[in-house]
Amino acid sequence: MAKKVFGRPQALCDVPTHYCAGCTHGTAHRLVAEAIDHFGVADRAVGVAPAGCSVMMYKYFNCDTIEAAHGRALAVGTGIKRARPDMFVFTYQGDGDLASIGLCETMHAANRGEAITVIYVNNAVYGMTGGQMAPTTLLDQRTTTTPAGRAVANEGYPLKMAEILANLDGVAYCERVAMYDAKQVRRARKAIFHAFELQIKHNAFGFVELLSACPTNLKISPLKAQKWVEEEMVKTFPLGLFKDLPAETAAGNDGAAQQAKGAAHAV
Amino acid sequence: MNRIEINFERCKGCYLCVTACPRNLIEEGHELNAAGYYPARFTSSQSCTACALCATVCPDVAIEVWKDVDATAPANKKEEAKSSG
Amino acid sequence: MADRGPKSLVKGNIALAEGAVQAGLKCYFGYPITPQNEVPEYLSGRLPQVGGTFLQAESELASINMVYGAGAAGVRAMTSSSSPGISLMQEGISFLAGSQIPAVIANVMRCGPGLGGIKPTQGDYYQATRGGGHGDYRTIVLAPNCVQEMFDLAGLAFELAEKYRNPVLLLSDAVIGQMAEGAYLKHEKPPVRHESPFTVTGAKGRPPLNLRSMYLEGDDQEELNYTLREKYARMTRDEVRFETREIEDAEIVIVAFGTASRIALSAVREARKEGMKVGLFRPKTLWPFPAPQLRELSGRVKKFFDFELNLGQMVDDVKAAVVPGTEVKFWGRPAGGLPAVGDVLEKLKEF
Repeated sequence: MAKKVFGRPQALCDVPTHYCAGCTHGTAHRLVAEAIDHFGVADRAVGVAPAGCSVMMYKYFNCDTIEAAHGRALAVGTGIKRARPDMFVFTYQGDGDLASIGLCETMHAANRGEAITVIYVNNAVYGMTGGQMAPTTLLDQRTTTTPAGRAVANEGYPLKMAEILANLDGVAYCERVAMYDAKQVRRARKAIFHAFELQIKHNAFGFVELLSACPTNLKISPLKAQKWVEEEMVKTFPLGLFKDLPAETAAGNDGAAQQAKGAAHAV
Repeated sequence: MNRIEINFERCKGCYLCVTACPRNLIEEGHELNAAGYYPARFTSSQSCTACALCATVCPDVAIEVWKDVDATAPANKKEEAKSSG
Repeated sequence: MADRGPKSLVKGNIALAEGAVQAGLKCYFGYPITPQNEVPEYLSGRLPQVGGTFLQAESELASINMVYGAGAAGVRAMTSSSSPGISLMQEGISFLAGSQIPAVIANVMRCGPGLGGIKPTQGDYYQATRGGGHGDYRTIVLAPNCVQEMFDLAGLAFELAEKYRNPVLLLSDAVIGQMAEGAYLKHEKPPVRHESPFTVTGAKGRPPLNLRSMYLEGDDQEELNYTLREKYARMTRDEVRFETREIEDAEIVIVAFGTASRIALSAVREARKEGMKVGLFRPKTLWPFPAPQLRELSGRVKKFFDFELNLGQMVDDVKAAVVPGTEVKFWGRPAGGLPAVGDVLEKLKEF
């Protein structure tokens, strides 16, 4: 007699995805869905989608979702969470969405310690639009807008979001993981679960940066793309835990309590 | 017997599972599916341990893993706890 | 008339804010900009008193997107800003319209273009009525001309936003925002809520819902536009509001909104004293514009004087509304120039 020990999580719709072969968006989606299942939040979750390849994530998650303008997911998420603190709010964003056009909203939501879980998929390129430079494109990496390779003099350095956000007091948890092999995927899963738990139990801001592969725009095979993440991306974006406040102090932003304090001083 | 099932129409032939399997039980396929991919092929159940490393790396959730259940063996419970949600 | 309690001497901006609170405002997200800072400042203390949430956002871009999120979650949310900040919000407004999410956006106009000064103007008429954002969409535009209307129309704005699942603009200017007048700070009727099933509140006991404005399959995006068009047709049919003064025997009618209408009304009274037959037509909804009513009026009245505090924007709509052969003249002062009643009277005489 055989028992199924690995299958599709309930929170992940049983449909084919539009993602390219070997694109680890699919893996990240599955991990998020596993977390939704594990913590039982499907009926009170809302995922905020970015612009980018994962703009169509509403097709893949069995929970409420909402499209945000490019870069604004954390502002939209803030609006939802402040309006309905009982809901579980997560954003799922790419490197352009979170670190380029959305950088301001990202920094401020993190700084405020919004009780939101952020899934940040960093694949060092703008995938959906055809392979332009991302804020996280590596030095010397060729993209359609850096045909001679990213140069410090012209484009500056790749932006390291996990390191930056770890410096903000409002951030409770900040880790960078990867998905290039099974061991990394399992670690990534743990990180995502931890971030979910922080919102659910401690109303805290959890941030997981997932290094991801874009075989299509790197113009290499899926397997080689994973190797590229393992051997090249990690040099610029070291994996690791950048911040993990102990649970007691990870109380983060308790908006209601703050508002009550403010009311006492109202004019 | 432990085994995996690869969803033929769902697989995009990325072959991350081929590399992931520690026992080389998956190979690149040569049959086209409706989407135009050559899905990976599970070659043998004989030495599969249902470790689920293949399914872990599959971006398309195209692999299901089935483990032979022996109710008296404690090792099975550990495997189940690790790989299920 | 229902008992609305005593009148209070209050600033326009405060009346706007309190009108929103009493209409059930639960979330305010905004960014400081002159001349509307009283709105966020007041709400920062007032909203917590009613169990609401106030958050000073990091920018107007963030503000409108937070409103989008809160509105999507089924909560009455608003933002306020002034001209340049409203420019920043245009993408967000387009998204609200495309995703059919209710929201109230208050613009206390200041001069432009560019950074502009902080004096009052009506230079954002085009932006408000033509939609500064991309795509085929409309926003209802309410134009108060006194502190009482700042209060009253704030309440109406929420009702209409929810009724049509659309953003609604409250268009005032620095004069109305900053002036203090006596006003009832209690709505005539309790706020009417139009609850919608199209809110992301968690898929409990129902299939998951997605709110978006991008439809890639087939003609779906085109279909969305037709859905919106039908909605806008209903708004045009049902939501026009305007006021007339002394038009029964008028030979010249001044068309003016907001602050300009106050100056115009004084000019009408002065003109009448001198025996001129002048009246005032004041749109209260700039969109939907009271075109049918103006058209009907132009059957009898042959001279319309469009008076605005800009280089002439509403005049386009007036000209389009009136029957051929009607004379429409524009005069105004843009970017902070406030005409005196005497100036308007002079222009009337020239007409």
